[in-house]
Amino acid sequence: MNVLPLFIVIPLGAAFLIPFLVKMWRRIPDLTGTLATLSLTVLAFCLTDKINTARVYYVGGWEPVKGIPIGISMVADGLSVLMLIIINFIALMVSIYSIEYMKQYTDKAKYYILFLLMIAGLNGVVLSGDLFNMFVFLEISAIASYSLVAFGIGAEELEASFKYQVLGGTASAFILFAIAIVYRITGTLNMADVSKVISTTGLNSAVLFSALLFFAGFSLKAALVPFHAWLPDAHPSAPAPISAMLSGVVIKVLGVYALIRVFFNVYGIGTFNSILSMMLIFGLISMVFGGILAVGQKDLKRMFAYSSISQIGYIIFALGLGTKLGYFAAVFHLINHAAFKSLLFLDSGAIVYRTGTRDLEKMGGLAQVMPVTSWTSLVGSLSISGIPPFAGFWSKLLIIIAAVQAKHFIWAFVAILVSIITLVYFMKFYKMAFLGKLNESFAKIKEVPVFMSLPLIILALLGIIMGILLLPALKELIIQPAADVIYSGVNYVQTVLGG
Amino acid sequence: MIEYILAVVLFAIGLYGVIVKRNLIKIIIGLMIMEYAVNLFLALIGYRSGGAPPIVEVGKNQIFVDPLPQALVLTAIVIGLGTTALLVSFAVRIFEKYDTFDVRKIRKLRG
Repeated sequence: MNVLPLFIVIPLGAAFLIPFLVKMWRRIPDLTGTLATLSLTVLAFCLTDKINTARVYYVGGWEPVKGIPIGISMVADGLSVLMLIIINFIALMVSIYSIEYMKQYTDKAKYYILFLLMIAGLNGVVLSGDLFNMFVFLEISAIASYSLVAFGIGAEELEASFKYQVLGGTASAFILFAIAIVYRITGTLNMADVSKVISTTGLNSAVLFSALLFFAGFSLKAALVPFHAWLPDAHPSAPAPISAMLSGVVIKVLGVYALIRVFFNVYGIGTFNSILSMMLIFGLISMVFGGILAVGQKDLKRMFAYSSISQIGYIIFALGLGTKLGYFAAVFHLINHAAFKSLLFLDSGAIVYRTGTRDLEKMGGLAQVMPVTSWTSLVGSLSISGIPPFAGFWSKLLIIIAAVQAKHFIWAFVAILVSIITLVYFMKFYKMAFLGKLNESFAKIKEVPVFMSLPLIILALLGIIMGILLLPALKELIIQPAADVIYSGVNYVQTVLGG
Repeated sequence: MIEYILAVVLFAIGLYGVIVKRNLIKIIIGLMIMEYAVNLFLALIGYRSGGAPPIVEVGKNQIFVDPLPQALVLTAIVIGLGTTALLVSFAVRIFEKYDTFDVRKIRKLRG
C-alpha cells in the first residue's frame, strides 16, 4: 500500500473529526492532535527506508500514458522525506506542548482544527508533484496560519495577522501568475513534465520572467530581506507553539523548500550563474540585516523572529553557492534551525506562561526558578550561535567552508561576522532573562508543567546529539539524499517519470 | 499578445493599490484586483479563437478551448473567496479595536 496520501488524509480527517467528538469528552482535541501528529511522525520515519528511490503516487490511479502525465501525482524523494520528518516531528512536539499552553485561550478545539489544517497543507506542499496543487496546499496552510497568528484576537494580533495576510496574499498572486506563465509556455503543470519541456526550450526570457515572479513570491513567504516586513510582527503575535511552528517549519516549507523544488528541480538553475548569485546576494542581505536588527530588540519573541530572518539568509546563501557542499550545508542548517528555533520559541512561550511578559528588561534571574527552561534555552542559544560541539556549529562551519571553496572569501568572512553577532544577541537574551537578580514579583513562580517541559527537553537533547553522535549516521540516512536531490537538478525528471 | 499585456497591467494596478493605499478596505480591493488579473490571464491562456466547448464528438475534428485553465480558475476563485472573506472579517475586527480603517493609525506594533 502506498502511504503518501495518508500524510494529507490523516490531518484533514482528524481536523474534521474534532468538532464532532469534542462534545463527548473535552480532552478529545488534545488527544486527536497528538495522536495524528504522532502517527504522521512514525510514517515519515518509515519513509527513510529506500530513501534514494522516489516514490510516486498517482491520485485516482491516473498513471502516465507514454511518459506523459495526465493526472495529479504525489512524489516523495529524498528532499520531500526530509521535510516530512521535520514538519511532523516539530508538529508532534508543538502538539504536546499545546496541551498545557493553550489552556490560557478559550477554544482549544478550534486551535487544533486550524493546526491540523496547517499540517495537512504543509505535507501537501512537500509531497505535491504538480505546480498548481502545490499552490493550493500552500494556500491551505497559509490561510490556517493567518488565523492562528490572530488566535488571541487582541488588537496587536489582528494588526499583525492583517499585515501577514496582505503580504501573503500578494505572494500567492505572484506565485499563481508564475504558474500561469509556465502553463502558457509548456502546456503542462506536472513538475517533471515542465522540467522536460523547459530543458528543450532552454531558459528563454518568458521562463526567466516566471522565475522572477516565483522568486518574489517565495521570498515573501520565506521573509528574505527586503520582503521581511510581516515576519517580525506575525511570529511574535502568534501563540508560542504556533510561533515555533511558523519559524521552525512554515517559512522553510512555503519559502525555502518551494524555492528549491521549482528552481533547482524544475528550472535546473543549478548551472545558471546569474540566478544563483541573486540568491547569494539576497541570502547575504537577509543574514546581515536580520542579525543587526535582532541585537537592538527588547521584546524576546521579536528578537527570535529577526534571528529567523538571519538564519534563513544563511540557508539561501548556502544554496546560492551552487556547490555540492553548499547544498549539503544548506540542508543541514535547515534541519538544525528547525530544531533549535522551535526550541527557543517554545522556551519563550514557557517564560511568557510563567511571567506574563515578553519584555526582556522586566525579566532576570529566572534560572533560579525555572531550571529546565533555563538549561534548554542555553542549549538552543549556544547551538544557534554556532558554539562547538552543538549542531549549529557544524552546519555554520560547513556553510563557511563551502563559501571558501567557492572562492567567496569576503562573503565567508561576513558569514563569520554575522555568526558573532548572533552570539552577541543570544548571550544578551540569556543574560537578561536568566542571570542576574531575580525580580521579586517572580520569586514564587515554578517550573512549567511536564507536558511543556517534555518537548523542551527532547528538542534540546536533539540539539546536542545531532552535533556529537549522529552526524555520520544521520548524514547517510537523511541529509545526503536530500542534498543529492538538489544537486541532481533536472534529473528529477528521470526519477519521477522513469526512463 | 495585447490581451496578456492588459492582464499584466491590471495586475500592476492591483499591486499599486496594495502598496500605496492607506485604507484597509482599499488594500483588500487591490488584492482582489490582483487575483482577478491572474484569473483573467489563466482564462485567456486557455482560449483558442473560434474554439468550440471541449466536448469531443466522434468523427468531428475541430479546435477546442483548453479546459484545464478553466478548472484552475474555478479553484483559484474559491481560494480567493476564502482569503478575501478572512481579510474582510479581520478588517471589521480591527475597526472594532481601533475605530479606524487608516493604516497610519493602526500602529501598536513597532517595526
